[in-house]
Amino acid sequence: MLWAEYDPLANRRLAILSPEGQMDEGWRPSELDDEALLHLYDRMVALRQADLLALNLQRAGRMGTYAPTLGQEAANIGSAALLQAEDWLVPSFRETGAMLLKGVSLKLIYLYWMGCEWGSHFPEEVRVLPICAPVSTQTLHGVGLSWAAQLKGENWVTLIYLGDGGTSKGDFHEAMNFAGTFQTPTVFFIQNNQFAISVPRTRQTASATLAQKAIAYGFPGIQVDGNDLMAVYLATREAVARARAGQGPCLIEAQTYRMGPHTTADDPTRYRSEAELKTQERFDPLLRVRLYLENRGLVNPETEATREAQHLKWAQEQAREAEAAISYNPDEIFDYHFAELPPYLAEQKAYCQRFLAAKGESAHGQA
Amino acid sequence: MAKLNMVEALNLALAEEMARDPQIILLGEDVGQLGGVFRVSDGLQAQFGPKRVIDTPLAEAAIVGTSLGLAVGGFKPVAELQFMGFLYPALDQIISHISRYRNRTRGRYSVPLVIRMPYGGGIHAPEHHSESTEALLAHIPGIKVAIPATPYDAKGLLISALRDPDPVIFLEPKRIYRAIREEVPAGEFTVPLGQAQIVRPGDQVTAVAWGSMVRETLRAAEAVAEEGVSVEVIDLRTISPMDDATVVASIQKTGRGVVVHEACRTAGLGAEIIARVNEKAFLSLAAPIERVTGFDTIFPLLKLEEHYLPDAFRISRAIRKVVNF
Repeated sequence: MLWAEYDPLANRRLAILSPEGQMDEGWRPSELDDEALLHLYDRMVALRQADLLALNLQRAGRMGTYAPTLGQEAANIGSAALLQAEDWLVPSFRETGAMLLKGVSLKLIYLYWMGCEWGSHFPEEVRVLPICAPVSTQTLHGVGLSWAAQLKGENWVTLIYLGDGGTSKGDFHEAMNFAGTFQTPTVFFIQNNQFAISVPRTRQTASATLAQKAIAYGFPGIQVDGNDLMAVYLATREAVARARAGQGPCLIEAQTYRMGPHTTADDPTRYRSEAELKTQERFDPLLRVRLYLENRGLVNPETEATREAQHLKWAQEQAREAEAAISYNPDEIFDYHFAELPPYLAEQKAYCQRFLAAKGESAHGQA
Repeated sequence: MAKLNMVEALNLALAEEMARDPQIILLGEDVGQLGGVFRVSDGLQAQFGPKRVIDTPLAEAAIVGTSLGLAVGGFKPVAELQFMGFLYPALDQIISHISRYRNRTRGRYSVPLVIRMPYGGGIHAPEHHSESTEALLAHIPGIKVAIPATPYDAKGLLISALRDPDPVIFLEPKRIYRAIREEVPAGEFTVPLGQAQIVRPGDQVTAVAWGSMVRETLRAAEAVAEEGVSVEVIDLRTISPMDDATVVASIQKTGRGVVVHEACRTAGLGAEIIARVNEKAFLSLAAPIERVTGFDTIFPLLKLEEHYLPDAFRISRAIRKVVNF
């Protein structure tokens, strides 16, 4: 039981894979053989390439505001890796990697940030809620979903993501309280990336850890090194297993670090130093898995150059597909509010059509 | 056929629909063993069990926010908020998610749920228990808002709301929860969402109201009838979508109008109704439409509430004013 041993109130934090890529092999669960581990690493690299390309697309004017995941690859991949197809993933807005792993295509994620609602139209079998901007409001949806599983006698577990800033919101506490009261199969996963835009973690709460907040709601919490793929994986593994076995919710605080800006609209030089960022680079979640795999002879500079190039190519293709899929039909502004278009919206839609037609006919589209 | 009051009619609608549709679950504060503070869910937990009639912790945002998850997870949740005055923590969930989910996912997800709550003044309730802020809700795209004024309509509208594929907010005028008794058939019948009803035909003045103000308006119509003034009273029944066609058709006939609501005057739905009449029937108007509303003030505590709420006296004065314009 990780929870008993890594008590956040006793200042215990789960960390397994060191920044130098060293770990005690005793931690490796049997299912995480070299092939499986290499796969997770590969997903982390894919995420980083997808993320870097998104930043470039935004700068080139091909994408709207984007919230990068840079530095949070282990927290994304190590957690979502534990979900089965029947499970639900409830993202905040910095879970590109987790969403990819759960089956959302990069094309759709790009499409969302490019400004098209179809980016949240996931395939029927993909159990992921749409990206959620109002902080922590999604935690209640996740608890509702896991509660539904319990009431229906279904086996699905819900993994809810939020950030450190999200723990200050009332919805988070109401969600934790409902989850505890009804013992729902819920895993709360906090990506504590140290910043809510510019406001540091220390300004969010006087609690020594975010993990300990679970204790007040009657269920366990654990703090893990969020840049450590193994620690994230093992904590989530146990949390998901507990939830699925009907033992109720858990909270995981993954201590990570946002290496990029909050979004492309942010300027982090106003609130953190270059030196701090430099220090954090040592703890890069991707680097340590790569070093570990290199030590085991599973990857080398050549394989990695190829891997990065392949994933960049994939991301570029997904971006092109997303751009080709953007819908410019103004009728869609109206068409999806209700199962049936009500007469008053049909009237406004017809007005919009007439107005756009008239605008198109006028010489320069001007009044 | 049984004569029921509105509470009994709502209870019957819930019981019949829950028996018909196993996906319907009720959740909220005190809805279980107690049967709700107004007893709308009386006996339902005993009939359907604690897994379908669920007492929750006291947290409105969570009752509504988890209902979204329950709906996506396959249920048809009926969330009860104890009073409209306690709706506001849940407004974020309604505005930011429940109203938007279908559109923002281009139909991948929908949120078929009903959020019920008692609203309005007139029962000498404590502070925060008497407001009518339905205009806030009518301003939100992507939801429907129903308000019954009679036991029959309460049952029929609630059944429609329960069968609707989209979110419906259901406001119950608690002042007339037990004030009116009328015949309400057992078994299924529906009153469609988005259809107003002419509850008293007339040809000189159109009076539009909803909720408990329908009764006051009917009383005013009765009073002025003795003076020979014929008032057509329209019960809007659903404020979003609003059946302005019925209102406009009536105004085209009468040429005069009065709108009555207990909510504050400024940016209230009276203004919206007048704007629509102006757009669609301006040339039919023989007089400016009068508004009889609550004041732009905080709803007073119980000793002064009777002076705040529009009553038959104020409404009849407005009717005479538009007639004599």
